[in-house]
Amino acid sequence: MAKGVMIVAEQRDGALRKISFELAATARKLADQSGDEVSAILLGAGVEGLAAELGKYGVDKVFVGDNAALEPYVTEAHAAVAAKIIKDNDPAIVLFGASVQGKDLSARVAAKLATGLATDCTDVKIDGGKLVCTRPMYAGKCFGEVVIDAMPQIASLRPNVFPAAENAKAGAVTKVDAAVEAQKSKILEVQKDTSGKVDLTEANVIVSGGRGMKGPEGYAILEELAEVLKGTVGASRAAVDAGWRPQKDQVGQTGKVVSPNLYIACGISGAIQHLAGMSSSKCIVAINKDAEAPIFTKADYGVVDDLFKVVPELTAVCKKLVA
Amino acid sequence: MNIIACVKQVPDTEAQIKVKADGSGIEEGQIKWVMNPYDEFGVEEALKLKEKNGGDVTIVSVGPARAMETIRTALAMGADKGVHICDPAFDNADAYVIANALAAVIKTLPHDIIFCGQRAIDDDAGQVGAMLAEALGLPQLTLVTKLEFAGASVKVIRPIEGAQLSIETALPCIVTAQKGLNEPRYASLPGIMKAKKKPVDVKNAAALGIPTDAKAKVAKTIPPPARPPGKIVCGDDPAQKAAELGRLLREEAKAI
Repeated sequence: MAKGVMIVAEQRDGALRKISFELAATARKLADQSGDEVSAILLGAGVEGLAAELGKYGVDKVFVGDNAALEPYVTEAHAAVAAKIIKDNDPAIVLFGASVQGKDLSARVAAKLATGLATDCTDVKIDGGKLVCTRPMYAGKCFGEVVIDAMPQIASLRPNVFPAAENAKAGAVTKVDAAVEAQKSKILEVQKDTSGKVDLTEANVIVSGGRGMKGPEGYAILEELAEVLKGTVGASRAAVDAGWRPQKDQVGQTGKVVSPNLYIACGISGAIQHLAGMSSSKCIVAINKDAEAPIFTKADYGVVDDLFKVVPELTAVCKKLVA
Repeated sequence: MNIIACVKQVPDTEAQIKVKADGSGIEEGQIKWVMNPYDEFGVEEALKLKEKNGGDVTIVSVGPARAMETIRTALAMGADKGVHICDPAFDNADAYVIANALAAVIKTLPHDIIFCGQRAIDDDAGQVGAMLAEALGLPQLTLVTKLEFAGASVKVIRPIEGAQLSIETALPCIVTAQKGLNEPRYASLPGIMKAKKKPVDVKNAAALGIPTDAKAKVAKTIPPPARPPGKIVCGDDPAQKAAELGRLLREEAKAI
């Protein structure tokens, strides 16, 4: 019978990504309820050394698939190896990160195993022996409780939502056969973003600007505030469609759905498709001249004033606070 | 070139979503239905490929009777024909069922490249493209923002967290479209007139011969958790308000 919780760890350039620890800690919590084991799949080239780190966050056993063909990530190769490890070990639950790679991989693996998948979950629990996954739909305008009527039950977890608590276990390595067929896809180039900014979906702090920024130059004051708070700058659809900010900065139903600790919305009126994309943020601040703007209905703290005056003052205040 | 674009009809992004009192789904009464915005990018890219390289574009959609409007919209944009998979048996379908339904149709059609949206903005699952690729045994390129066609292969750009990948894949393959890929065209009036006469084949579940039982089931739909009412930060001038906001974020919210 299917048993235990398995995670699919994510590493890039020889380092585990934060979501891997969030997965490990969450899997540990689920497995402890039934006294089961937590195992992990770790794929790449020369990655065996990372297993101990997974152990630190509660993983008992790590299946390491080591093969140069698994680096960098290619969907079909990773999916073939991961699906085989899952089949051979028959876990009841498999958790992926709802990162770009995790979403790409989890759907392919679920299809290979002819099972169901709950994407981008913000809560998972065991109820009556079954996994119940809570996940936002319509970008958070409502939520669904999803159950999976097949084995294994697969879910991907939204980054930044589940705590990565340490809970040391063995992290014992089992090497597995990671041979793959010749791939039809070839990575030609990996062009790294050298700005050093954290992606919006993984940022702890987001300083976001909308139409009220009046133009691309307006964002300089948001960049300064984000710099002080070690955050990332986001934008509304209006700002992206106007060409003020790149597409990757867009927060909302047709952009990124984010859940930082702190979301500071500047000059954003709060169209419903924007509110949907950021309302799961832990603390929301709105700075806007218009006291009637819908963004204030979602804000924990509202400042009704000229953002071009408030933001530089706030930057100065924050500089002192974090010093 | 034989090009397929898969589309889904979804509520408009401006739609208010109300959960039914019994948690069995959402109230559909007031909703304006549109083509999923990410599918529009897929249809536009399909049309651009056809205009440059010749061939035809087939639209495939799974959905209730009203989804025909969305298929007609894609035909009005310039696609050539459609297949509408329409059966109440698909009302509670998950991505696995939908992907297999699409695959059952696409297997019977010549296909060099297949476009899907990277996700639908209703259930936000983002699974169909990858599951369709698996069902057809084809490589998948998800979240594509740029595509170049090079005869027997395509080169694409795909953003990931903190980087951009440039990938080359042999055809046939599945591409899921991300915002940034193109600017979808509007249907012209002559386009709308012509679309009415373009062929759309309607198929039910029995005709496809596939199982329709969802693996992932939404047991309950719930409204988002209510946020406690917020505070308006007081102060005589921007400097005072900023100081007070900083204090609240530090001491009360512990957010900085």
